[in-house]
Amino acid sequence: MPAATRSPPLPLARMLKITPFHPRTAALCRGHAWRRWAGYVVASAYELTHEREYHAIRSAAALFDISPLYKYLVRGRDAARLLDRTVTRDVARTQVGQVIYTPWCDARGKVLDDGTIARLDHELFRMTSAEPHLRWLEENAHRLDVQIEDVSESLAALAVQGPAARAILQGIADVDLGRLKYFGLAAARLRGIPVTVTRTGYTGDLGYELWGRAEDALPLWDALIAAGADYGLTPAGMLALDVARIEAGLMLIDVDYVPARKALIASQTSSPFELDLGWAVNLGKEHFVGKPALAEEAAQGPQWRLVGIEVDWNALERLYAGVGLAPQLPHAAWRTSVPLYAGGNQVGYATSGTWSPLLKKYIALAHVGTRCAEPGTTLEMEITVEHRRRRALARVVKKPFFNPERKRA
Amino acid sequence: MAAFCDVIVIGGGHNGLVCAAYLARAGRRVLVLERRERIGGAAVTEEVFPGFRFSMFSYVVSLLRPEIVRDLELARHGLHILPLESTLTPLPNGDYLAQWNDHDQNHRELARHSLRDAEAYDEFGRLMHEMARAVKPFLGMPAPDPASLAPADLIGVAKLLRYFRSLGREKYHALWKLLTMSSADYLDEWFETEALKATKSASGIIGTMLGPRSPGTAYVLLHHYMGEIDGVFRAWGFAKGGNGSVSAAIAGAARAAGVAIRTGAPVARIEVANGRARKVVLESGEEIATKLIVSGADPRRTFLGLVGRDHLPREFVEEIERYRFRGASGKVNLALSEPPHFTCLPGVGPHLRGAISISPSVEYLERAYDEAKYGEFSRRPYLDIVIPSMIDPEMAPPGKHVMSIFAQYAPYRVNGGWTDARREAFGDAVIDTLCEYAPNLKSAILHRQVITPADIERIVGLSEGNIFQGELTLQQMFFLRPVPQWARYRTPLHGLYQCGSGTHPGGGVMGASGRLAALAILKDRAA
Repeated sequence: MPAATRSPPLPLARMLKITPFHPRTAALCRGHAWRRWAGYVVASAYELTHEREYHAIRSAAALFDISPLYKYLVRGRDAARLLDRTVTRDVARTQVGQVIYTPWCDARGKVLDDGTIARLDHELFRMTSAEPHLRWLEENAHRLDVQIEDVSESLAALAVQGPAARAILQGIADVDLGRLKYFGLAAARLRGIPVTVTRTGYTGDLGYELWGRAEDALPLWDALIAAGADYGLTPAGMLALDVARIEAGLMLIDVDYVPARKALIASQTSSPFELDLGWAVNLGKEHFVGKPALAEEAAQGPQWRLVGIEVDWNALERLYAGVGLAPQLPHAAWRTSVPLYAGGNQVGYATSGTWSPLLKKYIALAHVGTRCAEPGTTLEMEITVEHRRRRALARVVKKPFFNPERKRA
Repeated sequence: MAAFCDVIVIGGGHNGLVCAAYLARAGRRVLVLERRERIGGAAVTEEVFPGFRFSMFSYVVSLLRPEIVRDLELARHGLHILPLESTLTPLPNGDYLAQWNDHDQNHRELARHSLRDAEAYDEFGRLMHEMARAVKPFLGMPAPDPASLAPADLIGVAKLLRYFRSLGREKYHALWKLLTMSSADYLDEWFETEALKATKSASGIIGTMLGPRSPGTAYVLLHHYMGEIDGVFRAWGFAKGGNGSVSAAIAGAARAAGVAIRTGAPVARIEVANGRARKVVLESGEEIATKLIVSGADPRRTFLGLVGRDHLPREFVEEIERYRFRGASGKVNLALSEPPHFTCLPGVGPHLRGAISISPSVEYLERAYDEAKYGEFSRRPYLDIVIPSMIDPEMAPPGKHVMSIFAQYAPYRVNGGWTDARREAFGDAVIDTLCEYAPNLKSAILHRQVITPADIERIVGLSEGNIFQGELTLQQMFFLRPVPQWARYRTPLHGLYQCGSGTHPGGGVMGASGRLAALAILKDRAA
């Protein structure tokens, strides 16, 4: 095990961490709208609203600082075995150069976190997560020949997302990105700066994530900004990302589900099946944390499902017309619990929603009882119209709401 | 009015006042007799040095029961709890460990010492929260006796078992570990950072003549986790105006309910005839007859002092004699011309608005205990420090400060006894220890007050200077507090009840004993 790093005492004035890109992002953040992410300060929006930043994701390209993710290097003879023991997907069968998305669970089969695992080499993986997991990985590594290194702070990360992403990166990359498949990875130099490029993202669009040394962060940022200028590359904050990820049907920890470790009561937890991640659970594996519970649940079927919801426009319009208003749409993605009804009874709750400026639809992610989870099921979602609680017709629809061909092409 | 009343409460400490207030609200005519010239017992604010106000003995608030705050409308009567924001543990190597209320800030600081501990901290906190939730109901109810066949006990025990079963295997096992282990061993299962383990395990030894490696101390750790402010567990606060304002608010509520409070009225004895407590005789010779007497004094003082052995069953007297006090802590209160400057974090900052703990390692604490085992005060004691004037500037003149230093171990039975010279030597040990971390302290001291367990006994009347009216150890907790079969506020004498923290659930400016005693009395009298 690596020795715990001990950095010097902290200046009291700085209570939150800043990312390696902070000198650049701080200068750009003209609206002074910041938010927290895993103990870091990151921009909510650089401009006064997130509107232009959102549209850049879908029409040009957006640049996100995603350094706050937790990142672990797992290496050694038993690296694949450790990860196979811990996550629900089959890691042993991944190829070098492949990235997988996977949840992982506690012994009760309840989701602890979700993230990606990149196979950098035969015996070398990089795991990303929203929550810290060093202790948890080490506990599962008992008697395995494996080293786990927390590289969360030493590794800087950016996401370039949007239709122009490939063209921008290709302009400064020393490898052919045209050959990099969806969820593939490649070692590359961008203007000479070594990074790993993964074709991954949180927008559901064509996009890449770049993983490089923290000390190279500023030159990397500057190189991208220069290369992207002609393509409309726009630094974007978390507000724009939140709209895009809902359109992409991607759930968010702490918002759309409570990680098992933070749940105070059992009913707050969710299994992968309940989160619509049954496809990522490989019950054929010999053993992994939570397998017995998940096998049982797989046999019985989950109680809940995470689904996409689309609020009916006409219903919305009627509700607002009743008070003499045009429909009032949320100006940013919301993340509160909103009740869903069927036949007068509450059958679930939406956990985040947004008006999709692209799809021109009011969409949401929601937990509903299994019998209401089929696409096409008619529900009602609570809407507050001029201080009064109303219910608007809503429909269960297939996720993702937005799924362009370019994402995989 | 004082000549006759329904109930006399002996002792105007917070529990006595709480008990009196509840009884008066139920329509009883209540008289509180306080020996000192001021109410509050060990929860007092005194201007020891002109312009400087000290929470002389108890100094923080956390365990005060929320139902008492609500029932007695203590906010209306002036109680204002200010938050304590952090715990700072300065380390001998010039570094420090801080624990902050903000999750992100705390995680970042812990990760500086150990990434694993930073992760474990949340899990540990959640488990302790759950354990506190599991045990909390028993703070608000009389402790059922599993050895009793009385219907109330049987129902209580059945409820308890059903409740424990509902916790689930994992929590149930964790609870038993907490009940049986030492705080240091328990924390070893979770953390690797010495200062973190030591600072947390210190909660397990406060006020108790045990070391962090002594079995049973893990429970006391949990006891301190049950502090709850506004529904948040493990929240420690500071009463604006010092802990005397807690007493003042309760007294305000009591007076509003019709309670009469007489200070400077020391009780000499409780007169007993035919197994019934009849009246109270003051040291002045004045006699006050009453239907009922409630003693807020500790069990030894109440039964062996005020009542007398002759009026009590032999076995009961023996049990009371066995009840352990063993005061282990003292206090040093300082008036300061300037704030302390800690070498590890120079200057004034948020770290001075929280607690400061001198507990660099478990070994440090255990060594401090070693000396106390053999009758010496610790040369390098465990210190729990707050600077109330940083939180409430009205505690000291502008720019000046008061510092409250809880210091352990200072055994009641110190070799040679507590003399003035030994008291000052203990004070010196405390100041010298702290000066290693805040070198400007010595020159900033305008006035110093050193309080030993002997002083606590003499001034407040707590036997052997135990701050909890008897050790908070498992053999004298729950249905064993203070003694088996008499753990429900009643006594072998008709008309005599106890309401001090020598009864379940115990000490810590909680008020629960006072409230539960009042409820027991009202139940008996209604029947």
